[in-house]
Amino acid sequence: MDYAIKIDHLGFAYGDGHVALRDVSLAVQSGAKVALVGPNGAGKSTLMLHMNGILLPGSGSVTVCGLRVDEKALGKVRARVGLVFQDPDDQLFSPTVFDDVAFGPIYQGLGEKEVRVRVDRALASVQMCDYISRVSHHLSVGEKKRIAIATVLSMEPEILVLDEPTAGLDPRARRGLITLLRTLPQTMLISTHDLRMVAELLPRTVVMDHGEVVADRPTAEVLADTALLEAHGLEL
Amino acid sequence: MHYSPTPLHIPDGFLSIYVAIVFWIVTLMLVVYALKRVNQDLGERQVPLMGVLAAAIFAGQMLNFAVAGGTSGHMLGATLATILLGPWAAILVMTCVVGVQALIFQDGGLLALGANIFNMAIIGVSVSYFAYRTVQKLAGGKPWGLYVGGFAAAWLAVFVAALATALELAISGTSPANIALPTMGAVHALIGIAEGLITIGALAFLAAVRPDLVKRNKAEVPAGRVVWLVGLVIALGLAVLSPLASSHPDGLEWVAEQQGFIGLAQSPLYEIIPDYAFPGISSEAVATIVAGLLGTTLVFVVALGLAYSRRKRSSPVES
Amino acid sequence: MHVHFLDPYKPRPSLIHAFDPRVKLVLALAFILAVALTPIGAWPVYVLLFAVIVSVVMLSELGVGYVLKRSALALPFVLAAVPILFTAQGVPLLAVPVGPWTLTITVEGLQRFITILLKSWLSIQMAIVLAASTPFPQLLVAMRAVRMPRLIVAVVGLMWRYLFVMVDEVLRLLRARTARSGDPGLPGARVGGSLAWRARVTGGMAGNLLVRSFDRGERIYAAMAARGYDGEVRTFALPPIPTGQRLILGIGLAVLLLLVMLGYLV
Repeated sequence: MDYAIKIDHLGFAYGDGHVALRDVSLAVQSGAKVALVGPNGAGKSTLMLHMNGILLPGSGSVTVCGLRVDEKALGKVRARVGLVFQDPDDQLFSPTVFDDVAFGPIYQGLGEKEVRVRVDRALASVQMCDYISRVSHHLSVGEKKRIAIATVLSMEPEILVLDEPTAGLDPRARRGLITLLRTLPQTMLISTHDLRMVAELLPRTVVMDHGEVVADRPTAEVLADTALLEAHGLEL
Repeated sequence: MHYSPTPLHIPDGFLSIYVAIVFWIVTLMLVVYALKRVNQDLGERQVPLMGVLAAAIFAGQMLNFAVAGGTSGHMLGATLATILLGPWAAILVMTCVVGVQALIFQDGGLLALGANIFNMAIIGVSVSYFAYRTVQKLAGGKPWGLYVGGFAAAWLAVFVAALATALELAISGTSPANIALPTMGAVHALIGIAEGLITIGALAFLAAVRPDLVKRNKAEVPAGRVVWLVGLVIALGLAVLSPLASSHPDGLEWVAEQQGFIGLAQSPLYEIIPDYAFPGISSEAVATIVAGLLGTTLVFVVALGLAYSRRKRSSPVES
Repeated sequence: MHVHFLDPYKPRPSLIHAFDPRVKLVLALAFILAVALTPIGAWPVYVLLFAVIVSVVMLSELGVGYVLKRSALALPFVLAAVPILFTAQGVPLLAVPVGPWTLTITVEGLQRFITILLKSWLSIQMAIVLAASTPFPQLLVAMRAVRMPRLIVAVVGLMWRYLFVMVDEVLRLLRARTARSGDPGLPGARVGGSLAWRARVTGGMAGNLLVRSFDRGERIYAAMAARGYDGEVRTFALPPIPTGQRLILGIGLAVLLLLVMLGYLV
């Protein structure tokens, strides 16, 4: 089977002893679009940070695109997995939009010409070409979220991992973002509280709570299971 | 938001060219050394942290609050940066803060920037470092060491930076030392109290919320010989120059005169072109008039050119 | 809420805005250096330097009023130079009775005072034009061009980016403080508490800001590392300065040099 993401018995505890993940196993096929839902503190963000080696497994293993995530594979892993953080102000740390979108490709060691091509292509796929020389601070939240996605698209990843892409957006910006996500071909793992978006966009849903996977089923089934939703503080 | 300048940011024009250049050179050397140390000691996580902390200190300086008598207390931040990051990274962070204040907000001059960085980044951090460390040692790990050390460091940093500022102005012949030193000293002895109290408040908050940040004691990193040397030079400089400058309003000129090199320093420029060599400009009055005419012509030509180009720019829209 | 008004950059379709940022930075610094080098009382040169700065301000299309208003920023510092009016040795000009004393303004003191004022005023105007006509990212390019260490440029860039975010946070904190600072209206009651108490509250806010920056620093590091950051600061090589701009730089420097030399002649 061709898995884009394969997680086996992953366990992780933070330095202060807090156990964030317990025996998490998960397999995602190439091209699949998967939702990751659960209450705050369930371990979703910790799991996402494992996807490209910001955190390394305490026990068990994480494999992306056939590469086992460890110290040695970090560069290759990070080129294949695009991680988009919840707060675009953390993701956009450069003075201009161009600098931010070019950051990944520059650190991939690409030449200037190729970097410019990548930046243009990434901005085109989020429909933000006119923003190339803008200053990040002067953008709206919706615009920032789009640019944040472009900052990883420019690395041409195979997998997109997004944390709360629709949080803080007004209805119109949210609609635009969902439409954008639908057009992107990459394998996607999206952590979110926005179950209406999940219903619309993501065929499979993984429910997490207390650092464990408590359900992993087709989205329609999960959303129909009111007892499950209630038990883990979820609401449609 | 009104960004109010603090009296420690010297604008251009107030320092003599010699003082400005000497301080630029000294500051550059120390900042380069700090860079070297930071590159050696700190991990890759430090670069974003330094950037954000610099922004926080800048923003924090807007947290001014009314002190009795109408002056405003500002968080200078050198002490907190030193406690949180250690002296070398703190010097770089404060350098960036002071540099951006000058470059973007014209708070402090560009030529005077060397002196301003010296006062607020280098003196601010090194004085904080020594004061904080000394008190910590005396306290022997007891919790009061954090607060007393923080207060002493903040007060002393402001006070010494103010004395240095006054001294630089005095050596430049801008402000007589016997007036500038006591005035700046007295005002900043008061401002320093506010700074110290704010620093205590900040440390109390940090100790309650993120004790790991203040307990790991970055300021305990053993200082190299260079820091001690800088401290010594600053102390000696203050001790020797203060009384000297106080009794002679124009300290540097007085020294120059005593050493007999004032004429020497000025003569080469005059020798290149003797003062009668400019035909047609014999007296200062005539020269001023000529300059006035030339200047007016320049401004007039620029205005004319601008008006012309504006018309050209807007005409396609009108037609 | 966004703090736009903090950014001094004002976009205009002007000649000065179109300058290469590296040429602009060097010329601005050279102008300030020339002003500093001009000797006391060389009035003709100050008149010419003034004409230069007025022309630059006009060419920048920023508005003379705007630049004048901003240049008042350095005004409070003038206080530091006032004593020189009386203490400089020289020919007495004017005696001012102050209570029991009489202060004497000397010609030399006056000359010196006015020179300091002029220098300060001319310099700050150039600094204002530089900041208002150059977007910050371009200033970063100019900083790199004058060989500023890469780490410093990187920290300054990050600082600029997060300055606005932090100022927004400070304003929120201040608003929260204001919302809770009631005046009980009792006669004799001290509003706002004691100095120590106020300092403590302000310090608490400062501490709050610092804790947030540590958290944010961690998150930014994660976002940078996720895109391959390895601790080294990497950027493109700077493009060459166009010949026309080089010419402007040369002419500008030559004119300034001439003005300074003139200062020692008159």
